[in-house]
Amino acid sequence: MENDGTILKVKDLQTYFFTEAGVVRAVDGVSFEMKKGETMGLVGETGSGKTVATYSVMRIVPRPGKIVGGLVYFDGDEILRKSEDEMRRLRGRAMAMIFQDPNSSLNPVFSIEEQLTDIILTHDGGTTKEKAKDTVVKLLGKVGMPEPETRVRWYPHQFSGGMRQRIAIARALLLSPSLLFADEPTTNLDVTIQAQVLELLKSIRSETGASMVLITHDMGLVADLTNRVTVLYAGRVAESADTLTIFRKPLHPYTLALLKAVPRVDEKVQLEAIPGNVPNLIYPPGGCRFHPRCKYATDICKEKVPPLEEVHPGHSTACHHWSEL
Amino acid sequence: MEPDKNGGQPLLEVRNLVKHFPVYSRGILLRKLVGHVHAVDDISFSIDRGETLGLVGESGCGKTTTGKAILHLEWPTSGRIHFEGEDATEVFDIGDAKRVLSMRRNMQMVFQNPYGSLDPRMTVYDIVSEPFRIHGHVPRKQWSERVYALLKLVGLEPYHAERYPHEFSGGQRQRIGIARALAVDPKLIVADEPVSSLDVSVRAQILNLLMDLQKKEGLSFLYISHDLSSVRQISRRTAVMYLGQIVETASSEEIFSKPLHPYTMALLSAIPIPDPEKKVMRIVLPGEVPSAIDPPKGCRFNPRCKYATDKCRAEEPALREIKKNHQAACHYAEDFL
Repeated sequence: MENDGTILKVKDLQTYFFTEAGVVRAVDGVSFEMKKGETMGLVGETGSGKTVATYSVMRIVPRPGKIVGGLVYFDGDEILRKSEDEMRRLRGRAMAMIFQDPNSSLNPVFSIEEQLTDIILTHDGGTTKEKAKDTVVKLLGKVGMPEPETRVRWYPHQFSGGMRQRIAIARALLLSPSLLFADEPTTNLDVTIQAQVLELLKSIRSETGASMVLITHDMGLVADLTNRVTVLYAGRVAESADTLTIFRKPLHPYTLALLKAVPRVDEKVQLEAIPGNVPNLIYPPGGCRFHPRCKYATDICKEKVPPLEEVHPGHSTACHHWSEL
Repeated sequence: MEPDKNGGQPLLEVRNLVKHFPVYSRGILLRKLVGHVHAVDDISFSIDRGETLGLVGESGCGKTTTGKAILHLEWPTSGRIHFEGEDATEVFDIGDAKRVLSMRRNMQMVFQNPYGSLDPRMTVYDIVSEPFRIHGHVPRKQWSERVYALLKLVGLEPYHAERYPHEFSGGQRQRIGIARALAVDPKLIVADEPVSSLDVSVRAQILNLLMDLQKKEGLSFLYISHDLSSVRQISRRTAVMYLGQIVETASSEEIFSKPLHPYTMALLSAIPIPDPEKKVMRIVLPGEVPSAIDPPKGCRFNPRCKYATDKCRAEEPALREIKKNHQAACHYAEDFL
């Protein structure tokens, strides 16, 4: 594949978890792509496969999960066939991740200095401890930590949740990756701290020009931060388009329903609940996985899996009835 | 008694509620009292019949403690809670079992975490009928009929009654918790973040259920949440808390469109709106919520407020009426009119 400004292309990715209860098809044929400099929202609820899909791209799927199929091109290079050594060099430098929960993704028994300089020293043998520390302190200052020179010696528990998330962001930025995954970066934070982190992510994006994948269920964040959206439902892509189109002219009943189900702070709306629950992925519904909750469902939806087709340039949807919406 | 007893008087009246938690130094033998967490510091509000009051604020602002203190799940340090004119604080203080039980029947709570608040070893039938056993207000013969009616009311099926909590999704568990709260025919439900642990697509189901119940059963709610969007959706009036105090209260329409306290303004502007073409001017507050053990002098919000003056650092602003039915605790609230 020649390089056409596409930084990430995921094709038919399948990641299953082989549990005692059965095979969980967490990601079951997910495809999307994004251009350099874009921020893509990967939207979905619990169990939609949004986190597992990104873990698969970084090849950090925990056991008993396994990538069982698909292709992932990073900067034109297929990476699912790469050796673990090659992957290790890519992680951090080419792509990095801001994890959802900074409480569990920071190691409690090492100081911030130890944890963060370690990353630099591992990836860059030529540098010295002092230089690495300099970089860390500078970066901590950049993500808005007051007195980084002293606080770099602190341990994770000495920081508030918001500060820990800033540290997690700094850690992801250490090796200046060209692609940044942010997994629910504001979910566990207070509203006013959320705003701080949100603005920080924006300023980092414009400063580094990095591409970003924002994994979230919050349509507000998506509207604010992204220019492309891929909506996942039960391990498959429901719809993918530029952000404005997703909000204005969605062509999948799930996207439509999701938009009508979220309360807004700027106006009072008539909430339309989506009936039922997110399906069990060991025995997912046949045909279109959304059909048991979909008000447009017909017989064909129960039997045939709708293919993800490009219905307008840059706008794909996986619905038998998209033209009726 | 005057004839309009039910008309003129609020259902719940909270007066000067204070809840402090003692903080001790470490050690076994010489544990010294080193201070108090001022979880709730002198707040007053009321809820009318059939009304929903939204109580919003960030973590640690005292909103959950307020809810628990009203139900005496946490004993208030001081202050009075009146329910239909009856002094609930006194009822609980005296502790006469009969009166306590009947007061408990008036007010019930729906908890935040539907995984932790249901006993995993009880079936749904046992969970929902347990209040009948405790309060004895339903003859045993009618238990099953009532349980099935309650399940139906909250949108569950009769066959769910024989199942255990682990067999349900989060949204369904929250429905079970609501059915249990309704089992004593309460007049007021304190709902503490009832949707925040649920999936987005399921949140709307529970919010709609609560609003339906209000219409059908004439219930009143104290809806506690950090999620302003859901508060706007469900409550007629809203009170905003910061560090143990109410800083602003008004009708939801008013507070969400014309806030008069700098904290409310920042809080509202911090929330991303699900519309890519609608951009808000975001007010990013510096710093974090200060410790409630040693709250800032003067206005508690002053270290993070861009309008703060010397007066704010010295003098605590009282919650006062700025315009009709709109109160704010800011020295300069008039300037924001």
